[in-house]
Amino acid sequence: MATMTLAKALNTALRDEMAADRKVLVMGEDVGRLGGVFRITDGLYKDFGEDRVIDTPLAESGIVGTAVGLAMRGYRPVVEIQFDGFVFPAFDQIISQVAKMGFRSGGAWTVPLVIRIPFGGGIGAVEHHSESPESFFCHIAGLRVVSCSNASDGYHMLRQAISSDDPVVFLEPKRRYWEKAEVETANHQGDWFTSRVRREGSDCTVVTYGPSVSIALAAAEAAAAEGRSLEVIDLRALSPLDLAPVVESVRRTGHLVVVSEAPRESSITSDIAARVTEEAFYSLQAPVLRVAGLDVPYPPSKLEDEFLPTLDRVLDAVDRSLEYR
Amino acid sequence: MPSQPSTHTTDTDSTATASAAAARGAAGTSSLPQPHEVMAGLRATVSAPGIFSLLSPEGEYTPSDRFPLDVTPDLVRDLYRDMVLVRRVDREGNALQRQGQLGLWAPLLGQEAAQIGAGRAMRPQDMAFPSYREHGVAHCRGIPPVEIASIFRGIDFGSWNPREKRFNSYAIVIGNQVINAVGWAMGQRLDGAMGDEDTAEATIAFFGDGATSQGDVHEGMVFAAAFNAPVVFYCQNNQWAISESIHRVARMPLYERAAGYGFPGIRVDGNDVLACLAVTAWALDECRSGNGPVMIEAFTYRMDAHTTSDDPSRYRMADETQAWKLLDPIERVKAYLARNGLADAAFFEAVAAESDALAADFRTRVVNLPAPSPSVMFDHVYATPHPQVEAQRAAFEEYLAGFADTDATTGGDRTGGRH
Repeated sequence: MATMTLAKALNTALRDEMAADRKVLVMGEDVGRLGGVFRITDGLYKDFGEDRVIDTPLAESGIVGTAVGLAMRGYRPVVEIQFDGFVFPAFDQIISQVAKMGFRSGGAWTVPLVIRIPFGGGIGAVEHHSESPESFFCHIAGLRVVSCSNASDGYHMLRQAISSDDPVVFLEPKRRYWEKAEVETANHQGDWFTSRVRREGSDCTVVTYGPSVSIALAAAEAAAAEGRSLEVIDLRALSPLDLAPVVESVRRTGHLVVVSEAPRESSITSDIAARVTEEAFYSLQAPVLRVAGLDVPYPPSKLEDEFLPTLDRVLDAVDRSLEYR
Repeated sequence: MPSQPSTHTTDTDSTATASAAAARGAAGTSSLPQPHEVMAGLRATVSAPGIFSLLSPEGEYTPSDRFPLDVTPDLVRDLYRDMVLVRRVDREGNALQRQGQLGLWAPLLGQEAAQIGAGRAMRPQDMAFPSYREHGVAHCRGIPPVEIASIFRGIDFGSWNPREKRFNSYAIVIGNQVINAVGWAMGQRLDGAMGDEDTAEATIAFFGDGATSQGDVHEGMVFAAAFNAPVVFYCQNNQWAISESIHRVARMPLYERAAGYGFPGIRVDGNDVLACLAVTAWALDECRSGNGPVMIEAFTYRMDAHTTSDDPSRYRMADETQAWKLLDPIERVKAYLARNGLADAAFFEAVAAESDALAADFRTRVVNLPAPSPSVMFDHVYATPHPQVEAQRAAFEEYLAGFADTDATTGGDRTGGRH
């Protein structure tokens, strides 16, 4: 068991998968000598060489599109999109080719490709460097979409993503890159793309993922001081959703608050609200409430604290939910 | 907004064209091209500086040391046969669409030489990434035409195995496949599948002149150059991207763009099957030997519509099409064979009969294609089971089973029971 940052955990996962399978490639802008702008690929170029840690031209469609061809040929490329806002030039390839190549070919091809995207806000970046594009990907059949929230999950989820025969959009909460946790690298068994109860509680269920898990846990801590017991669930996988633990929790608490940095309109939070309503309508004692990013373009960074879900906004939603009792 | 007159001083026709278009737009008059635009279009299409040919429109063969080819009578007869067969199937595809048997057809009429030449230059281990008009290349890869037609009948997305045939599924989004081809070629290089005479591999990406405006084609060429990928960029310049003329989008010959990426670009007479074969064989060998990417511009012409959905008479004049008829790719091979006594009437009749038989078989197979079972929608969406898709499959199948009494084999009229 080692204590490491999320960034180091992801780096270790890449290293371990590359050591285990020579077909695993890392590719993207600046991933080689620089080690990536967040240093997630640090040291891999030196140890695995330029044919396995590929510094690509600055062209996102080209990165993803060539990775498709490599994946069709049996490689397992892990591509890095430098920032969330830069994935859109590759969106056509992701929707039209990554997600559909297997379906179109009647299963003749698989596309074992991982698209790593540092996502979300909270680092004071300039425009296009703090986006929450997860709902776009969840809407596309053929992709799996996951987001880690801590170093341990980051390590194991990335290894599972690389070993998946399906394309995986792997969302990394960039403001959590430097947070440390204990990581057990020796034991890598099990399915890590499942919902996980991070804190048990009985009054209200709070469901979230990625960068907002810490916020939800802090809110639960604060709520406990006020005598309220919140159950916090980390989805980990956004597509497919592992909804059973959420429904089970709502059946006990009767209250659900869904938290996400992404704008609320047509989002994952919309989907969870709808599906929990379908599956646990008679258990709900209040409408499903959402704490989300605002339905505006991502603001200048001096305003991002107002845009992002905060501990207070989560607690406010919990209060409103419990008022229905 | 009307287009602005060009400031480009060396091309007066483009200035005139833009002005005319602006005038037409402002006046709201006919969308038919004006006479000077037609002449500009004609010049753009039939004039081809730097073109490489082996066989003249009159069927005269001139050998070349630049792209050598062992021209045997059998080879020429086989290429003739290939072109006649794919043209016959193509015409049948058009007819089937007109009869309502296909929802759409993308005709290749006029591009037989460009496709058969390239297709016959490939070796079994080479990989092709087609667009959606490469029926002739598919023929060369041993794919029965019904497996193409099933796409246009709405049965599937092509029923051949792209991995085994080394001919990928058709790509509908313009230019997407070019990057995928480069990725495959990067894999060939990483695998060391180059150099050896017998087992070396290359990749060929097919796209049209319209695709050269797409970013994906540019990015593909940048990546190919960066990684010295063994890929041939095979652009069939058929002069028209639906109704947009090449004259609008290219101020210089397309093949010259290759120089900007740092690899060879060659303009070949796309209506000359021998030239297309010789140049493509050379280019694929360049790739196999590790010399890196090559761009080929097969200068040809789409004689028919872009697809059966459009009407070329709205955007181009008959004069232009007539001029290209004189360059017909099949007629010149026929003239060569006849002129040199390499084929007699019996040969031509036999090929015609074979093409008729192929068309009849094609027609029968197309109209008898079984409708797919609804449950195939859930197959191969993911390589590993996906609980939501599987749950939806189960619910959908249960729903359909409720109509079992209506028609057990097809699911019947699934709305009938509710009306």
